[in-house]
Amino acid sequence: MSTNVNHAPLEYQTEHNQMSILGFWIFLAAEVVLFSTLFATYAVLFGRTADAPTPSELFELDIVLVMTFLLLTSSFTCGIAIHQMRHGSNKGLITWMIITLALGLGFLGFEVYEFIHYSHEGATLPSSAYWSSFYVLAGTHGLHVTLGIGWAILLLIQLFKKGITKVTSRKVFIISLYWHFLDVIWIFIFTSVYLIGMVV
Amino acid sequence: MNLDEFFVTGEPLIYAGMVSIVLVTSAMIFLLTYFKKWGWLWREWLTTVDHKKIGVMYILSALAMLFRGGVDALMMRVQLAFPDLNFLNAQHYNEIFTTHGTIMIIFMAMPFLIGLMNIIVPLQIGARDFAFPFVNALSFWSFFFGALLFNISFVIGGSPDAGWTSYTPLAGAAMNPGPGQNFYLLGLQLSGIGTLATGINLMVTILKMRAPGMKLFKMPIFSWSTLVTSFIIIFAFPILTVALALMTIDRIFGSQFFTLTGEGLPMMWANLFWMWGHPEVYIVILPAFGIFSEVIATFAKKRIFGYHAMVWSMILIAGLSFLVWVHHFFTMGAGAFVNSVFSVSTMLIAVPTGVKIFNWLGTLYKSKIQFTTPMMWALAFIPSFVIGGVTGVMLGMAAADYQFHNSYFLIAHFHYVLIAGTVFACFAGLEYWYPKMFGHKLNEKLGKLSFWLFVIGFHVTFLPQYFLGLDGMPRRLFDTAPEWFTLNFISTVGAFGMGAGFALFVFNIYYSYRTSQRETTGDSWDGRTLEWATPTPIPHYNFATLPTIRDIDAFVEMKKRNETTYDESKLKPIHMPNNSGQPFIMMALLFMASFALVFEWITLSVIFLVGVLIMMVIRSFDEDDGHHVEVEEIKETERSLRGL
Ligand code: HEM
Ligand SMILES: [Cu+2]
Repeated sequence: MSTNVNHAPLEYQTEHNQMSILGFWIFLAAEVVLFSTLFATYAVLFGRTADAPTPSELFELDIVLVMTFLLLTSSFTCGIAIHQMRHGSNKGLITWMIITLALGLGFLGFEVYEFIHYSHEGATLPSSAYWSSFYVLAGTHGLHVTLGIGWAILLLIQLFKKGITKVTSRKVFIISLYWHFLDVIWIFIFTSVYLIGMVV
Repeated sequence: MNLDEFFVTGEPLIYAGMVSIVLVTSAMIFLLTYFKKWGWLWREWLTTVDHKKIGVMYILSALAMLFRGGVDALMMRVQLAFPDLNFLNAQHYNEIFTTHGTIMIIFMAMPFLIGLMNIIVPLQIGARDFAFPFVNALSFWSFFFGALLFNISFVIGGSPDAGWTSYTPLAGAAMNPGPGQNFYLLGLQLSGIGTLATGINLMVTILKMRAPGMKLFKMPIFSWSTLVTSFIIIFAFPILTVALALMTIDRIFGSQFFTLTGEGLPMMWANLFWMWGHPEVYIVILPAFGIFSEVIATFAKKRIFGYHAMVWSMILIAGLSFLVWVHHFFTMGAGAFVNSVFSVSTMLIAVPTGVKIFNWLGTLYKSKIQFTTPMMWALAFIPSFVIGGVTGVMLGMAAADYQFHNSYFLIAHFHYVLIAGTVFACFAGLEYWYPKMFGHKLNEKLGKLSFWLFVIGFHVTFLPQYFLGLDGMPRRLFDTAPEWFTLNFISTVGAFGMGAGFALFVFNIYYSYRTSQRETTGDSWDGRTLEWATPTPIPHYNFATLPTIRDIDAFVEMKKRNETTYDESKLKPIHMPNNSGQPFIMMALLFMASFALVFEWITLSVIFLVGVLIMMVIRSFDEDDGHHVEVEEIKETERSLRGL
């Protein structure tokens, strides 16, 4: 099964690594189902705001655009990081990973600010079914980003200590899949939650 | 909180439960200490990553859960045997039918099957372990602690009482305060993590680790059923994860998903629950189909009839299983059009299921059947399951379902499919593979006696329930009316027959351990598939070497060619994973975090969660790479096992 692996990128060179990467792809499929369920719940509860403010009263385009810009860019820099890894540059990899993390942290900062802002305006988790589904959908994504940042920091320490090896390259490659996945989810949140929420 | 709010008080039956828990636990602690077995327990079991040992632990836990769920069932049947009996009060009855249903599906049926998959699938496909043995151990402990969390509810805090379906608003915070329902939510959440991880693990194992030459369409049917089941798990379990999380957030943090206030939608729960729930019933039936296929082919001494039809029908069932969920609440009022669509999709499922029935019959046709106990279970399964399936189609007709829904007719339906399907299969599978796992067969005489007791008891219990349902007896009723007395009484008698059958089955395990002849060849039943090619006891690395697989019945072909799984000229060192205590510790911490959350002790819960995170960090920095079994050791092991 593992014939011809030597021309493959480093992270694909052992059978165990190939299995880990496949396993992670399958895990991402499960994550797609998880987020789809949350999106479906959001769609069903859309408009059920009870006495709380409506989303079109609260959502502001500029802040969400900034968040989108930060996260999309971080996906791009994450891609550059992998590119550096493929070229064997540990320094480049680490640098671009740190930039990715900084952008991710910026995104999170804005999200926290946004949540606090909305709750001051009277839209909290318990306010209504709509706001419950909003906070849980966006919050689940935010929680994923947070865990991703924590995880990436662990990997950065390992890169510092060991450089690019079969093991670390596999781990970094997998977290890059995760990071791009969160980016895709955000695009759906941006369009179906924020853009639609602003106009309806 | 006072101690008498923490422990459940005032129920003699529960006091008896507490006493027996204390006695059994102290007896275990005493025995382990007296025989100095603590180290052995830790080294050989609690830290193991060997798929065979993990499988044994799954099956042992499932048997314990079958006992607990069975006691619940017998208590319900006693209460229903006579009208106006005050053996259980309404509240206690509600709690018992809730725990019975949840335990049987989540903590008995699934772990039993996953246990068999654990042991058998790597052996059938020629793998040395799972793709991710560490994760496999993690899965087991997450199931184990999830089950523990759910089960302690009856002595600590109080059991959930809103049914295994936990419909809102009944299960919501407003109408159901207290920790009971939280035990349900967090117990299932905890074990669900493990189930999802097992699904991924099995899928990668089967896709990537098959023996040379074993194409997907040369794989034994049980392994195929496992692959299809893992597919369903991966796409269904995240829905349950979300549903449970939303209700947990509703109950503990005050959100309004399923509430009557704040424009919440209680019916949303029913949808989410059954979008997972219907695939779930196929998660527990497809592996059962797989087991029966193996058993029938072995004891009919024939290749399974219609192998490709068998596989494709399973794939079709898996796809359709996601498209029928609304049939569980036709009466909720989605409208004629929606009901019709789901009515049709429901009836469609019966088609591939029927195909499989004919395939089994085709395998049996004109064969020389060997009537062993596993085969008896398989033969009893076919007609019994047909009754369950046909009544399922009756329920699937939306208009008629307005009559049948939530009556004993429904109860009879799903027990006919779940017991005659899943439970018979678990017994058949355990008896069939028992010699491979433990080195000796189960006694056939006792096995047959327990078979007859259980099967006759089963029909006596559940056939009358169809008629009770048609007579209008609703489900989840704690007090019956005199006009239903006769059938109810008969049903209770049957239930005790099943109880006796199960007791005998368990006794047989002990009896056979003492008396059965030990296996010498490893091929106990003249088997057809690769698991029988290993020597018994199976070396911990499973296969020293593997021949190229040429046929669906790989071992039949090997026997013809005189091939074995030990070719001295091809020996190489074998890489194996090391044991690890981390899965146990990580899940124990998650258990404590969940327990704290059940009582809404948020700070404590967060502290334990931090503990879990620390364990993950430790794991991330762990460089444990496993070890190699050297050629000399393999030679020695195989020679002594094979008597060379
Ligand atoms: C021919 C295939 C089947 C059909 C057409 C079918 C149809 C149905 C329908 C329509 C209901 C809902 C009835 C109502 O609530 O009024 C139902 C309930 C149920 N079925 Fe089936 N079924 C089939 C096979 C199975 C299998 C294989 C299993 C499990 C091994 C299963 C387990 C259940 C369970 C557990 C329930 C009841 C859940 C509850 O309300 O507590 N069914 N079935
Ligand atoms: Cu169903």
